[in-house]
Amino acid sequence: MPTVSSRGDAMRGLAVFISDIRNCKSKEAESKRINKELANIRSKFKGDKTLDGYSKKKYVCKLLFIFLLGHDIDFGHMEAVNLLSSNKYTEKQIGYLFISVLVSSNSDLMKLIIQNIKNDISSPKPVHVNLALHCIANIGSAEMSEAFGQEVPKLLVSAHASESVKQSAALCLLRLIRTLPDAMTYAEWASRVIHLLNDQHMGVVTSAASLIHTLSQLSPGDYKGCVSLAVSRLSRIVTSTYTDLQDYTYYFVPAPWLSVKLLRLLQCYPVPEEPAVRGRLVECLETILNKCQEPPKSKKVQHSNSKNAVLFEAINLIIHIDSEPNLLVRACNQLGQFLQHRETNLRYLALESMCLLAGSEFSADAVKKHRETVINALKTERDVSVRQRAVDLLYAMCDKTNSEEIVAEMLAYLKKADYAIREEMVLKVAILSEKYASDYTWYVDTILQLIRVAGDYVSEEVWHRVIQIVINRDDAQGYAAKTVFENLQAPACHENMVKVGGYILGEFGNLIAGDERSSPLVQFNLLHSKFHLCTPSTRALLLSTYIKFINLFPEIKQTIQNVLQNDNQLRNADVELQQRALEYSQLSSITSQDVLATVLEEMPPFPERESSILAKLKKKKPASVQAIEKEEEKMKKSPPSIENHVNVPKEVPANTNSVDLLGLSTPPATPQQSTNSLLVDVFGSVDQPVAPKPESNISKSETAGSVDPEAAQNKSNLLFSRFLFKNSGVLFENNLIQVGVKCEFKEHTGRVGLFFGNKTGNQLQNFSASVSMGADLQGKVNIAPQKEAPTQIDGGAQVQHFVNLECITFFSGSPNLQLRYQHASTPQQVTLKLPVIINKFMEGTNMPAADFFNRWKQLGQPVQETQKIFQANHPIDTEAAKTKLTGFGMSVLINVDPNPDNLVGSGIVKTKTSQIGCLLRLEPNKEAKMYRLTVRSSVGEVAALLCTMLEEHF
Amino acid sequence: MIRFILIQNRAGKTRLAKWYMQFDDDEKQKLIEEVHAVVTVRDAKHTNFVEFRNFKIVYRRYAGLYFCICVDVSDNNLACLEAIHNFVEVLNEYFHNVCELDLVFNFYKVYTVVDEMFLAGEIRETSQTKVIQQLLMLQNLE
Repeated sequence: MPTVSSRGDAMRGLAVFISDIRNCKSKEAESKRINKELANIRSKFKGDKTLDGYSKKKYVCKLLFIFLLGHDIDFGHMEAVNLLSSNKYTEKQIGYLFISVLVSSNSDLMKLIIQNIKNDISSPKPVHVNLALHCIANIGSAEMSEAFGQEVPKLLVSAHASESVKQSAALCLLRLIRTLPDAMTYAEWASRVIHLLNDQHMGVVTSAASLIHTLSQLSPGDYKGCVSLAVSRLSRIVTSTYTDLQDYTYYFVPAPWLSVKLLRLLQCYPVPEEPAVRGRLVECLETILNKCQEPPKSKKVQHSNSKNAVLFEAINLIIHIDSEPNLLVRACNQLGQFLQHRETNLRYLALESMCLLAGSEFSADAVKKHRETVINALKTERDVSVRQRAVDLLYAMCDKTNSEEIVAEMLAYLKKADYAIREEMVLKVAILSEKYASDYTWYVDTILQLIRVAGDYVSEEVWHRVIQIVINRDDAQGYAAKTVFENLQAPACHENMVKVGGYILGEFGNLIAGDERSSPLVQFNLLHSKFHLCTPSTRALLLSTYIKFINLFPEIKQTIQNVLQNDNQLRNADVELQQRALEYSQLSSITSQDVLATVLEEMPPFPERESSILAKLKKKKPASVQAIEKEEEKMKKSPPSIENHVNVPKEVPANTNSVDLLGLSTPPATPQQSTNSLLVDVFGSVDQPVAPKPESNISKSETAGSVDPEAAQNKSNLLFSRFLFKNSGVLFENNLIQVGVKCEFKEHTGRVGLFFGNKTGNQLQNFSASVSMGADLQGKVNIAPQKEAPTQIDGGAQVQHFVNLECITFFSGSPNLQLRYQHASTPQQVTLKLPVIINKFMEGTNMPAADFFNRWKQLGQPVQETQKIFQANHPIDTEAAKTKLTGFGMSVLINVDPNPDNLVGSGIVKTKTSQIGCLLRLEPNKEAKMYRLTVRSSVGEVAALLCTMLEEHF
Repeated sequence: MIRFILIQNRAGKTRLAKWYMQFDDDEKQKLIEEVHAVVTVRDAKHTNFVEFRNFKIVYRRYAGLYFCICVDVSDNNLACLEAIHNFVEVLNEYFHNVCELDLVFNFYKVYTVVDEMFLAGEIRETSQTKVIQQLLMLQNLE
C-alpha cells in the first residue's frame, strides 16, 4: 500500500514551510517567517509569469495554513477560484477547501464560484460532482439554496448518479433545506426520497435517513410513508447476524448509527396504526432489549457503546410510543442495571433516560423502586454532571409518598452542591415541597430551611411564592409567623429571611403577639435590628411592615413613628425609602384608625395562575420540566387527593407596598376621593372607565327616573356576556349605582367579590343584595355569603360584599343577584345574573399533538360531540379568537392543527363530584365568513352547552 | 445534528476545526477556548459528555489529542462517541498509525476524510472499508 508521504501530490514546499513554522522559537520569529512567506506568495501571484496549477495549488494551500494559524489573509481568493476550473482533482480539492474555509458568503467572487460549482455538479466524474456538493453543503448560504435548490434533488433521485453522489446529494439537500426551509417544495419528490430507505447501499440509507428525518419534521403529511419503510429496514438490521452486513458491522453490532437514525426518525410520528407494522416495530424493540441480556460478543468498550447507543435510542422510542407497558417496564429494569454499572457514561445516561420514564404512567412506579440507588448517586458520584442527573431524576420521581425523603436529601446535598447547580436545585426543592405538601407546616419549614442553607440562590420568585401560599392558606399563617419569628432570632440571617419575615409578620404578626416572648414590641425590635444591614429594597419592605404594625398594634405606634420620622429615613439618599417613610408617617398621624384599617387590610388571596417558579425552571431547563408536567396532566385526570397548587400566581406581590391602593402618588385628600381611586385600582385591568367623576354625579342622578328600563336590561346582558371571557369588570351600571365584580375560581370552588358604588351624592338606603338560584341550579351549586351584605351606601362611597361558592356538579344557567335600595325615597330594584358560569370551573390543559388526537378519537361517539356552523359575528381574527378561548378557560394548543387558521383547545371542567374533559376545534372559513365549531366532551351535555355559549361570540 | 468538530491538543492548539453552522471568526475563537477549558479539566472517571451552552460536547481523548464534537442536546451520546472512534480508526488506517504531526502536515487531507464521513452536520458514511477505499481512490488521482 502506498504511503502518504511518498505520493506525487505531496507538496514539498508546503511541508518545508510547516516545518519552519514549527521550528520557530518565538511568536515573533513565527510572524517574521509568515510575513516572508506572504510576501513571497504575493509576488508570485502578481508576477508576469503565469503560474502552473501545481504552484498555484501549493501557494493557496500555504495561505490556508497561515489562515488556520490565526492570521488574516486578504489575497489569494481569485487564485483559489481559478483552481476550481482545473481538470485535476487535487487542484480542485485545494481550491474548494480554501473557498469553504475562507470565503464569506457575501464575497463578490460568489457568482464566479457558483458558476464553477454548476460546471462540476454536472460533470460526468463523480469525484468532481462530490467536491461541488460538499462545497455547497459546507458554505450552506441562502444564495447556495437559491442557486442549487432545484439541481441537488435531481441528483438525489437520478437513476444514473453513483451511490457516493447520492449520499452527498442527500445531505447537501438537507443543508439547503435547513438554510431556507420555505423555498423548497417537498411534496413532489417525497415518494422517491422515502424509497431511498430501501436502497441496496447502506451508506445511501444512512445519509437519506437524516434527510428524511428533517423533511418529516417540516412536512409530516408528505413523508408519513417513511414509517413502514423505516420499520422494515430496522427490522432487517436488528435481526441480521453480524456477518450479514459486513462493512456496516461495527464491533459485532450491525449498523449501529443507521439503527439510531431510524429509531429517531420513528419518533417523528405516532405509533403506526397498521397492526402489521406496529407488531413488527414492537418486535424490533423487544429484540433490541433482548440483545442486552445476551453475553457480550466482545469485551471492547466499542462493542458495548454501540450496542447501548441503539438501546438508549430504542428506549427513547418506547417512551415516545408510551402505550406498551411491558416494554416500558423492561426498559426501566434495564436502566436500573446500568445505574450500578462501572462505566460512568452508562450511569449518567441511565439516570437521564429514567427521568423520561418517570413521566410515563406505566413505568413511573418501576422508576421509583430505584430511589435509594439514585440518592446514593447524589452522595457518591465524582462527576458533577452525574450528580446533576441524579437531582433531575429525584425531581421527576418525586410523589406524595416519597417527597419528604427526597426533599430532605436534596436539602442535605444543597449544602455541598456545586455553585453552578444550586439555583436550579433551590427551584426544584421549592416546587416539590409546594406540590406535595400534605401539611403546610412542613412546607413552611422546608422553604425557610432552603433560605437558611442557600439564601443567596433563593431567587425572588421563591420567596414571593412562599408568601403567596401563606396568604392563601389560613391554616399556615400562624405557624408561618411563629417560625419566621424563630428564624429571625438567629444572629446572622440571610436577607431573604428578613424579607419573608418582614412580610409575614406585617400580615400575621398579630397571630403570635399574645405570647410575651413575641409581643408586638419584641417583634418590631427584632425586625428593626436587621434593618441597617439590609439593602434598600428590603428596607423599603420593612417600612411597609412597620406601617402595618401601626395598624395591628396601636400600642407601639409611637415607637414606630419615631423610627419613620428619623432623619435616617426622612432624609435618606434613596428616594423610595424617603417617600415611604414620609407617607407612612403622615398616614399614621393624620388618618383615623378606621381609615388605616381599611388601607392596611390583610392582603386578599392571590389569584391562582401558573407557578412563577415552575416558569422560571422551565426557562432554565426546558427538558427537565417535561417529566413533571406529564405527571401533572395525569394528576389532573384523576381527582387530586390533596389540594395541589400546581397552577399558581405568576404575579408576585408586585410591590409589598400594598398601600398603593390608596393612590399615594396623589396626596390623599378626602375619603371620598380615595374610595374612588380604590375602585379604579381594583379594576386595574378593565377596559372601560369605571369610576365616574364625582362632580357629575348630581346632575345625572336627577335624571335617573328617565332611564329606559329595556335599554338598561340590554346593556346589562351585554355586560354579562363579556364575563364569559373574563373574571372582573363592571356588571351593571345606571345613574345611581355601579356594580363591579371580581371573581376567583380554583378547581370547583370560587369566590365572587361584589363592589357596589354609589354614584350619587346622597346615601342609598335600605340597601340589600341577595343571591338566589333558580330550580335548575338547586343542588348543583352551593352559595354562601361571607358576611351579611351592607344595608346602606354613603354618597360617592363603595362597599364590598363577598360570596363563596362551590360547584357540586355540572350546571347550566347562572345564579341571580337581586339588589334593592331606596334613592330619594323611591324604592329601586335591579335583578342581575351573576357571572358564575360553568366555564369558570374549567382549567386549560396543555398536551402534545399526539395526545390531543388520541383523546379526540376517544371522544368519538355522536353524543359526545356538538358541532355548529355559523356566520361570523365579528371579523375573523385568529389572535382575537385565541384570546377569547383562553379567557373562556381553554388552553389553545399550538402546532396541533396542520392548518394554522384553525384553533384547537382543551380544558377540564372541575366540579366537586367529577372532572369533565373538553376538547374544541374552531375552523374559520374566511371567504364565506363562516365558522365551524366542534366541541367534544366526555359528557355530551357539556359539549352542547359550551358550543352554544361560544357560538355567538365569534 | 453536529454543530462543530474540534481536534485540540492538551495545550489548546487546534488541529482541526470543522463548523456546521455559521459563526463569525471571533465567536469561533471563543468556542475553541471554551471547549478546551471544559474538556481538559475532566478526568478519566468523568463521563465523555459535557453540557455546553445550549448544546453538549461529546469528546474522547487519544494520547495528547481531544476529539470533540458539539451536538444537540437530544442527540444520542453513545452514537456520537463511537462516531468519533470510528473516525479515529479511519485516520489511523489512512495515515498508518496516525499521530498529531500527521494531522499538522496533512491538514488539507484531514478535511477530505471528514467530508467523507460527516456532511452537513450528519453522519454520511460509517463503513471504514468504504471510506478507506474512497480515500485511496482519491489519493491516486492527480
